[in-house]
Amino acid sequence: MITLDHAYILVGLMFGAFAVLTLGDRAHPTRIRSAVFWGLIAASMLFGSWLGGLGNGLLVLALVAVGGLKKLGVGHPPTTTLAERREGAVRYGNALFIPALIVPLVAVGGTLAAKHTGAGAWLLSSTQTTLIALGLGCVIALFAAMAWLSPPVMAPVQEGRRLMDSIGWAALLPQMLASLGAVFLASDVGGVVGQLVSQAVPLTSPLVAVVVYCLGMALFTVIMGNAFAAFPVMTAAIGLPFVVVQFGGNPAIVCAIGMLAGFCGTLMTPMAANFNVVPANLLELPDRDSALNGVIRAQIPTALILMGINIALMYAFAFRF
Amino acid sequence: MLVLLGIAVVVLGFIARINSLLVILLAAIVTGVAAAVAPGVDVRVLGQAAIGTLAAFGDAFNDNRYFHITWLVLPVIGLLERAGLQERARLLIARVTAATVGRLLISYLLVRQATSALGLTSLGGHPQMVRPLVAPMAEGAAEVQAGGTLPDALRFRIRAMSAATDNIGLFFGEDIFIAIGSIVLMVGFLEQAGIIVEPLEMSVWAIPTAIAAFAVHGARLLLFDRSVKREIAAAADAGVAK
Repeated sequence: MITLDHAYILVGLMFGAFAVLTLGDRAHPTRIRSAVFWGLIAASMLFGSWLGGLGNGLLVLALVAVGGLKKLGVGHPPTTTLAERREGAVRYGNALFIPALIVPLVAVGGTLAAKHTGAGAWLLSSTQTTLIALGLGCVIALFAAMAWLSPPVMAPVQEGRRLMDSIGWAALLPQMLASLGAVFLASDVGGVVGQLVSQAVPLTSPLVAVVVYCLGMALFTVIMGNAFAAFPVMTAAIGLPFVVVQFGGNPAIVCAIGMLAGFCGTLMTPMAANFNVVPANLLELPDRDSALNGVIRAQIPTALILMGINIALMYAFAFRF
Repeated sequence: MLVLLGIAVVVLGFIARINSLLVILLAAIVTGVAAAVAPGVDVRVLGQAAIGTLAAFGDAFNDNRYFHITWLVLPVIGLLERAGLQERARLLIARVTAATVGRLLISYLLVRQATSALGLTSLGGHPQMVRPLVAPMAEGAAEVQAGGTLPDALRFRIRAMSAATDNIGLFFGEDIFIAIGSIVLMVGFLEQAGIIVEPLEMSVWAIPTAIAAFAVHGARLLLFDRSVKREIAAAADAGVAK
């Protein structure tokens, strides 16, 4: 049976290969630091379960020291030229999308198969099935693409390293925010925020609870710049205790739409730098340094209307399904 | 109340533009230490609280390693890019070019939402698609309408709207895909709270908002078309008056 641990080994080996190739890339602007950064992630994937809490904490400390204090550079591993790619786009045609589509199809198909067929349940572990199936899809797509395109053997690792470098430290952001959420949960930050909110607004009806939860998600996302960071706090403070437990809302619906309410906040904040500030810089907007630059101003009307729609949808569905 | 200091650290860190990894780790330790603060507690105990928080953070970090499984897609995507995937996507989008800014951006919104819903979030994005392709095509469509160059203010509004359309298409498409980061985060959060939910049960509830987002932003883009037309006419009048 394929389990999460097998997927972690595969990911660990991939990051290990990134680290080794980066170390061998003399032209890389931050050769040593980048190699150590990817190497530490490889170590976490391969050996994390044996390190213990403090060991993993020190590993995080090392990752932050290597990747968080100074910028990580972007390497330029051997790849094709623009002319070759244009030629490839014409030669291979729309079939180029097929390997890319194998990945989500195997992810969805594998999840459904594991749930409803004996063979699927035998093949894929029942915990985190979707992610395991996604990993399997990546492997199948990779073999298919290798067989079809027959590139140099090391090309997938080199290309993977190129993309990983362009993502850089941001690759760790969701995992770090989830861990911060766990610390917030352990220190009952959600409870304190919940108390403050419920003192200010009496959450006496499902409608009020839904409105406060959705607005709280959006507002907290504006402050934190990221709906991922707002989600654990606001859901622990209002979503779970009030909308789900007290008024009987469906947790899947409450969370799914609550997150989308948070995304409305992302559209309105300069804190969400990669979505709202980076494009303003890239497009050379004259007001790119102001708090509400042109991109954010273009998004605010859509965000506000969708905010209202999300509140209505959550109120309409969460207590009915 | 003191535990809210961690949130203050996050806010200050973002305002001061300090690297988010550093800010997050600091915020976690500040929160853990603040939770241990009580009358009569000495520094040694607070130090232990800091170490305990680092260990708790490490545990959670290890439990949340599954985010990285999604990176397994990078070698495949990189290999396909090497063979011309982005250039192919450009050819494909160039074919659905309509005559106006609004209609062009509506087509892009649809493609962006649909591909994000299939988990192909990296097919769009500001450096890859908006700057090199979407914004220039949108400006080009308006230039054809204007029969020449555009006033600067209008040009920048069109660019900003192109970037906005990419974000909106991404945000209200990606949550339909079951293995996207936010779904993984929500499933993990509910699991910690003792509620078992399948990713698929969650992602279907992103569909109504996705449809609403297409309707709302699509309607705004049609209105944007009118405003572009008005501004072009006004600029032409001003040109004649000169």
